Amino acid sequence: MSEIASTAAPPLPATTEKLRFYGTWVIAAIALLLLPQIFGSGSSLTTFSLIGISIIFSLSYNILLGQTGMLSFGHAVYYGLGGFLAVHAINIIGANKLPLPLPIIPLIGGLSGLTFAALLGWVSTQRSGTAFAMISLGVAELIASSALILRSFFGGEAGVSANRTKLLKLFGWNFGPQIQIYYLVAAWTLIAVIAMYALTRTPLGRMCNAVRDNPERVQFVGYNPHIVRYLAFCFSGFFAGIAGSLAAINFEIANSAYLGAEQSGTVLFATYIGGIGFFIGPIVGAIFVTLLSLGLSDLTQVWQLYFGLIFIAVVLFAPGGITGLLMMHRPLLKAGTLPKVLPSYLVALVPTLAMIAGLILAIETIVHYTVNPGDDPHIKAFGVNFDAASPYIWATSVILLIGGFLVARRTWTWVGHAWDSASSAARETGIAA
Amino acid sequence: MLELIVISTLNGVLFGMLLFLMASGLTVIFSMLGVLNFAHASFYMLGAFFGFQISRWLGFWPALVIAPLLAGAIGAGVERYGLRRVHKNGHVAELLFTFGLAFVIEDVVQIIWGKSPVDFRIPPLLDFPAFTIFSTNYPAYKMFMLLVSIAIFVGLLIVVKKTRIGLIVQAALTHPHMVGHLGHNVGRVFMLVFGVGTALAAVAGVIAGPALVTQSNMAGLLGPILFVVVVVGGLGSLPGAFVASLLIGLLQTFAVSMNGSLAGAFGPLSPAYASTWLADIWGVTIAQIAPIMPYLLLVLILAFRPMGLLGTRDT
Repeated sequence: MSEIASTAAPPLPATTEKLRFYGTWVIAAIALLLLPQIFGSGSSLTTFSLIGISIIFSLSYNILLGQTGMLSFGHAVYYGLGGFLAVHAINIIGANKLPLPLPIIPLIGGLSGLTFAALLGWVSTQRSGTAFAMISLGVAELIASSALILRSFFGGEAGVSANRTKLLKLFGWNFGPQIQIYYLVAAWTLIAVIAMYALTRTPLGRMCNAVRDNPERVQFVGYNPHIVRYLAFCFSGFFAGIAGSLAAINFEIANSAYLGAEQSGTVLFATYIGGIGFFIGPIVGAIFVTLLSLGLSDLTQVWQLYFGLIFIAVVLFAPGGITGLLMMHRPLLKAGTLPKVLPSYLVALVPTLAMIAGLILAIETIVHYTVNPGDDPHIKAFGVNFDAASPYIWATSVILLIGGFLVARRTWTWVGHAWDSASSAARETGIAA
Repeated sequence: MLELIVISTLNGVLFGMLLFLMASGLTVIFSMLGVLNFAHASFYMLGAFFGFQISRWLGFWPALVIAPLLAGAIGAGVERYGLRRVHKNGHVAELLFTFGLAFVIEDVVQIIWGKSPVDFRIPPLLDFPAFTIFSTNYPAYKMFMLLVSIAIFVGLLIVVKKTRIGLIVQAALTHPHMVGHLGHNVGRVFMLVFGVGTALAAVAGVIAGPALVTQSNMAGLLGPILFVVVVVGGLGSLPGAFVASLLIGLLQTFAVSMNGSLAGAFGPLSPAYASTWLADIWGVTIAQIAPIMPYLLLVLILAFRPMGLLGTRDT
């Protein structure tokens, strides 16, 4: 009996662990403070702000998908409604000269996200799984279509704009320049990340995981899975609202695209690519996807296609996402058997990269002929110039694609063998893989 | 008024049958594989674009046969090499795979055929008014669409209920392991069903393409409505999908043709509302809210009958 009790309640963390835990947050805060000193240009500040917003949004999404096991196709509804309420709040406060500064606004957005999640979530959280996914999609379509009908609140196609500088000044900051917006976003990101991390450590957060893994057993323990899902949904809506209002502050506008299917899809992509199994996964995914969408759109016309292909590849080959892939190696690293796998990775990398290069070459050539057939065939994609009309290029892409695929398949089985032997060696040293 | 009712009923039944062509495949795939194929509407779109391209090269009639076969082959390939691989990662991964697939198919269609609508025309053989009803000419092509969808519906019913293949499919729905033990290749049955389901969606695409708009966003527009049909009818219930398809078809067609609004009905009683922020709700016509009608229906159904109209299971 005492054994069970000791496993149920872990011992209090040692001082070094505590130090490490709080140290991580302090370092994160210092890094956020120093970031603009290193990358001070306007465009990088905008990028950082977008990443911060995306981090909050993805983490709020992971409360549903990763922690409670609810796949939502309509999370942008709460993001968008938070954004709209924030814009209206800025306009009302600005017009009436109320004594409220701009940093309070995300709280208003969050509370509106919470309110709408509480209103809409009760019915949809009754079931999880496919039914929940479909309901979330239906609700999202309902709200997104209504946004175009209710013009006086949602502003129709153009949206509603606001002037963020008209509010009460705080310490002489009027939040006009991007650097001040960056600090606002960074502060809220840090607060939201800490709050969401804390949420995972509460009994509610633990019950969410239980509902995800085995809802029937949760009922036997005496909890109502519906209530747990509903609470998780409300929290998720709250943080999504914060993210949406920060986006509205950043762009000084809220329009119907905030609520739309594309926004819901993007957050799903970001969260899943980052990895839903770990708390840090959505953060990695948000950074990766934001940088990718900003970077790829400069490099190629059809970046959305690559985006979709990357997502499919992650779903097919790395269901744990980027963090899942990295964390897989931790037991090997601890046992010191990682060097056994690395050479096979290097070998597999060559044909895989060749295959990807062939695929990209083929896609870009096809794009040249279908999207802009009349143009000069000397095109530039991913910073490389090539002649899309030349048969050599076609032959190269076909050879790279097919040859790379055939060789890569063999090398990856080899990687599998190397992986198996490395992890069994790790298991022998006593580290659970 | 009678004219409106007759024409709207005809159009509504037509739209409903089109929806059912797609929803039938979707719901059978769902009950068999347990995954709601997010890319189902994308195969409808692929059908329309393949139909457009082939009818340019070979004419409309070959296109009506070849395009669905092509789309069905792609569908079977997706099941064999995609879905079966992600199956071990659970239903969420399967759903996400089809979600990503829908995204990629839309992009590929945009790359090949562009973002603007393509000029997919009704074949000249069917380009005449079938009959005149209350001074409205009803196009023959729409009657053709109706006949094709009814023919496929009847054919499907016979295959599922009366043939040996249908028997195996029905058995594989509920007891896949037992069917496997009896010596049938369940994997191949799944692949076949997925291929046929996507081919049916493609048939709907080919025949709807000339009548509606063939554009790269057509999957995105129709997909959510398709899910509403499947959920309202009851997940996995074929008769439910039929009823829900007709219901939503009629609902949308009737709503589009009506012009009433709250302001029209009660406006004279309290004209003050027209100037407040409630003006939107007050002045919106039924025709304007037609696009959100299916979703309203979905929410109502889920609130009052969560298993759907004819569904049996609650998840």
